[in-house]
Amino acid sequence: MSIPKNWRLRQQRYRLVGEVCEKCGAKIFPPRDLCPQCEVPAKTPFVFSGRGEVYSYSTVYNPPRAFEEFAPYTVALVRLEEGPMVTAQLTDVDAGQVSIGMPVEMVTRKIHADGEDGVIVYGYKFRPAVAPVA
Amino acid sequence: MRDVAIIGIGQTQIREHWDTGLRQLALQAVQVAMADANVTQADALYVGNMLSGTLADQEHLGALVADSAGLRGVEAFKVEAACASGAAALRMGTMAVASGMANVVVVVGVEKMTDALASDITTATALATDGDYEAAQGLPLVAVHALLMRRYMHEYGYSHQDFAPFAVNAHRNGKNNPHAMFRFPVTAEQFAKAQMVCDPINLLDSSAACDGAAAVVLASADAARVLSPAPIRIAGSAVGTDTLAVHDRRDPLVLDAAVLSARRAYGQAGVGPQDVDLFELHDACGIMAALSLEAAGFADKGQGLRLALEGEIGIEGCVPVATMGGLKARGHPVGATGIYQAVEVVQQLRGLAGANQVPDARIGMAQSIGGSGATVITHILQRMDS
Repeated sequence: MSIPKNWRLRQQRYRLVGEVCEKCGAKIFPPRDLCPQCEVPAKTPFVFSGRGEVYSYSTVYNPPRAFEEFAPYTVALVRLEEGPMVTAQLTDVDAGQVSIGMPVEMVTRKIHADGEDGVIVYGYKFRPAVAPVA
Repeated sequence: MRDVAIIGIGQTQIREHWDTGLRQLALQAVQVAMADANVTQADALYVGNMLSGTLADQEHLGALVADSAGLRGVEAFKVEAACASGAAALRMGTMAVASGMANVVVVVGVEKMTDALASDITTATALATDGDYEAAQGLPLVAVHALLMRRYMHEYGYSHQDFAPFAVNAHRNGKNNPHAMFRFPVTAEQFAKAQMVCDPINLLDSSAACDGAAAVVLASADAARVLSPAPIRIAGSAVGTDTLAVHDRRDPLVLDAAVLSARRAYGQAGVGPQDVDLFELHDACGIMAALSLEAAGFADKGQGLRLALEGEIGIEGCVPVATMGGLKARGHPVGATGIYQAVEVVQQLRGLAGANQVPDARIGMAQSIGGSGATVITHILQRMDS
């Protein structure tokens, strides 16, 4: 993936920065500058908590280029607690331990590297939620 | 607007054509279709293709195929809508003839995938997903379908094995189709044991990389009555769209674009699902076939799989699907698939489907799904004597 593109997407990739609609209050991720509910411009940044639960998951055995070294890996649709859904890899968990409804939280991880000399791309993955210390 | 008819069909066998390039495949399909239509000229050529730029080192297919297929000089361009590219080209051709801007149009779908390595093919087909938010996370297109399948099983209580009838049916039909890629049956037991691709989708629940081309010749229905002994009217032709990413959908388990496209096509044709004698659906994997059956009104939400389990998708069933093998066994040369579907519906409506003939087929439907459901294109074809 190109360097300018990684730079352009850094806010959402590193911190789950989306948007909030000033009109209806909908939280939007990925950001699209237009509220999907009321279709008015929505550009106010909103930082998501990163907490959510697994809506569905799959373990990938036929990786695309640049992901071969990680296979097999597990990907998921995560329903964020603020409402939107996000597609991401799961990490720090064995495929057999994953279930629908499992609480997860966002962490920043290496996504892939563009060859030995290329840029290392970082971004969000989700891991099983760590229970808060009482 | 004029009624439009298909007056000629052609197709190459689908396989790994190591000895044949993209332009030759397109030429072969176009030659057969034009001979079948008994025409030597056309006003326009539309080429359905998704991946030539990434897998075949070639864009600019309109002029290329026009030249190599003996149509140099005609209006020609490529139409791209991911896995629905062939159907999108057919939609373009239909509009051109219906509007009166062209009288005879050739539409060809062509895809040349197998020159590339497996991981490059996986990367290329993932271009149909949301590049920044699905593919960028390492998801092949199959993984997106797998996410839908797992959720479908969870919500409606199906087992993995419940999806076997789609593959078994497709292979049973593909066995009798000389143009099909896989001409052998598979059993439910083989389905159960097949190697995982993207869990829970396995090798026998997914379509393979392949090469192929298929073509149709279109004319106005009035001209078709004179030109063709067995013209087939395009009674409905409609496109629906949705978000590229599944995570942005209203309800991931409802293909809104398919609902829209089917509803529009039914409206144009003045028919409903109960009138459709066969349905060439987009069975890239069983889950997409189930969701397509539901969106097109053949089953309620969560009940598409039930039709397959009850044997209703076979040639003698209430809604025969994949009658010539479908994407699973006939093959899925991505941008050509929509035209293969149309060609097969025409074979059925002409009564020339051989061992797989649906008895007295008069109305057939084809539905092509781009990506995981962002573009869905439905065509309803009808015998002109009915």
